[in-house]
Amino acid sequence: MSDSSTFHGWGRTAPSVGRPVTATANGVPHLVRRAGPRGLIARGLGRSYGDPAQNAGGDVLLPLPTEIGAVAADGTVRASAGTSLHDLMAALLPRGRFLPVTPGTRYVTVAGAIACDVHGKSHHRAGSFGAHVVDLDLVIASGETRTVGPDRDPDLFWATVGGLGLTGVITAATLRTIPVETAYAEVSTQRLPDLDAVMAEMREGDDAVTYSVAWIDTLARGAALGRSVLSRGEHATRELLGDRGDLLTPPAAPRLAVPFTPPVNLVGSLGVRAFNEAWFRKAPRHRTGEIQPLATFFHPLDGVAGWNRVYGPHGLVQYQFVVPDHEDAALVRILEQIAAARLPSFLAVLKRFGPGNDGPLSFPMAGWTLAYDVPAHPDLAPLLDGLDDQVVAAGGRVYLAKDSRLRAGLLPAMYPRLDELRAVREKVDPDRVFRSDLSRRLEI
Amino acid sequence: MLNALGQPQTVLLLGGTSDIALATAERWARSGDLHVVLAARPGERRDAAATRLEQSGAVVEAVDFEAEATGTHPTLVEAIERDIDVAVVAFGVLGDEEQAWQDHAAAVHLATVNYTAPVSLGVCLAARLRKQGHGVIVALSSVAGERVRRSNFVYGSSKAGMDGFYLGLGEALRGTGARVLVVRPGFVRTKMTEGRDPAPLSVDADDVAAAIVKGVAGGDDLVWVPAAMRGVMSGLRHVPRALFRKLPL
Repeated sequence: MSDSSTFHGWGRTAPSVGRPVTATANGVPHLVRRAGPRGLIARGLGRSYGDPAQNAGGDVLLPLPTEIGAVAADGTVRASAGTSLHDLMAALLPRGRFLPVTPGTRYVTVAGAIACDVHGKSHHRAGSFGAHVVDLDLVIASGETRTVGPDRDPDLFWATVGGLGLTGVITAATLRTIPVETAYAEVSTQRLPDLDAVMAEMREGDDAVTYSVAWIDTLARGAALGRSVLSRGEHATRELLGDRGDLLTPPAAPRLAVPFTPPVNLVGSLGVRAFNEAWFRKAPRHRTGEIQPLATFFHPLDGVAGWNRVYGPHGLVQYQFVVPDHEDAALVRILEQIAAARLPSFLAVLKRFGPGNDGPLSFPMAGWTLAYDVPAHPDLAPLLDGLDDQVVAAGGRVYLAKDSRLRAGLLPAMYPRLDELRAVREKVDPDRVFRSDLSRRLEI
Repeated sequence: MLNALGQPQTVLLLGGTSDIALATAERWARSGDLHVVLAARPGERRDAAATRLEQSGAVVEAVDFEAEATGTHPTLVEAIERDIDVAVVAFGVLGDEEQAWQDHAAAVHLATVNYTAPVSLGVCLAARLRKQGHGVIVALSSVAGERVRRSNFVYGSSKAGMDGFYLGLGEALRGTGARVLVVRPGFVRTKMTEGRDPAPLSVDADDVAAAIVKGVAGGDDLVWVPAAMRGVMSGLRHVPRALFRKLPL
């Protein structure tokens, strides 16, 4: 077993042992054909919280080498599957381009962003990552490479967008980019006293801004339930910045790091309550026109490498769900239960999504999404199981890229088009070569 | 798969009519969707166990299992189709202490059920879990194995051997994704101990079940039930034999 490694997700829970394999894009078909009975799954940078990028007893394909092409005249760029968004942004920004969708971390790969169909602060206007993929190369179970896109084998393309690697191995993709004048954002920050206020503000004002997200204090109760700091932004123009030196400097690598995993969880109730209180109080009532580097605006946590380690050896769980627009009452009820549970959670994230896309396993749908981090503990099960039931009753779902504990029986209700994904897999992977711990756990 | 909160989906109970095994599976079944492979001798007791687990919400699959028939163990473990998230080695016999060291057949039976059979299954389970790349073996040992005493030394020595085997197996499996949890209960009030006077620090099957559920979720490799037993046994272990002989144990 010397060639095996232990893999876990960003939450550092439920590790399993698989065989890491590496290849260049040309070598992928060979690896796929020789995968054993426990199959193969492609892994990116391990930022999914749970188990979609690990494969107990089977092969785990590590990221393909970084390769970034030139930006074409139509603004598209081609990148290898293993290219991180950090590297891609570093290549794009000096050329005055940026990605239309960036998640909360730059340290995900292009293929990981597609396979999880990631979203960002722009979802209400730009949709998710998959909406900006022109085409992608996919090695299917037979070892054959298919180039697919929204107009080219759309069933296989959309099953792959959000498909968690279960349709094949993405080796490269062509992405649309947007023009930017600077590497800065013009940010407005607004402190809102309760959930009603923040929801009303997002409902009324989000459509007019490109980027919008709220940090919500999940420990505030009663009249302060859902008190938030709403952060919105636009790409800063050259005119606005004036003569600020180099306007297109890409973000740097993290300067700080958590060097090891402490033996105990350092995220405790008192500290978190104090932090949330301070964060809310220090936020301006309403400030506009603040200039922030894009990295500060989009990826504040990327400043500290390995921040997930502070949760100690038992790790963390992130619970992210969405409920449809008209189910705001469900959101209120769920937030009340989260607040009543008094679990130590740093500011959670609330976002109003725009419409979803055609991916049967793609997470976003028009409505409200809340992402909530808590230390992993067996006692969480009844709370989160109860929230799942309410999310299902409201016609919503949880995000599989964050999930590490959903009961398999709820998946079809959350993802009613699950059978479409299964039908595509039946066609391109009848023997289920592509498998992960998540696909076993959720019986996909 | 075990999920992030340590909840299994599929559990194999070896000695599936054991009170402790059933109480453990019930706890898991109450907190999630659970599939139980109930390996036990066919008959009324197994049927009753299956019904009890179904009532707590589990899906039950019964398979025939005879601890002493070690030759059948490899096939039994191989034939289970689902990934085994947790295997509980829960069978054992207490026997009649005085008969056990004087009646040849009784001694061999006790040693086979309590030591040879767990070793046989341990080897099969280890191979299976290594291939899976994940899974936990829960071995029900006993404090009786920590310091073997005159009053039940055939039983105690078999548990000492079994305990040592599974602790060693846990070490051998490090890095494979499979792990072992050795559970050392003190006196447990179950059908196995029915009619005997409970010893100090005695517990119920459900106390042991709670400790197993917690130990599996927490990634532990050894738990004592109750936890205070660890201190007690650690003291007893170092009592000189001449004195130990005089203790009312």
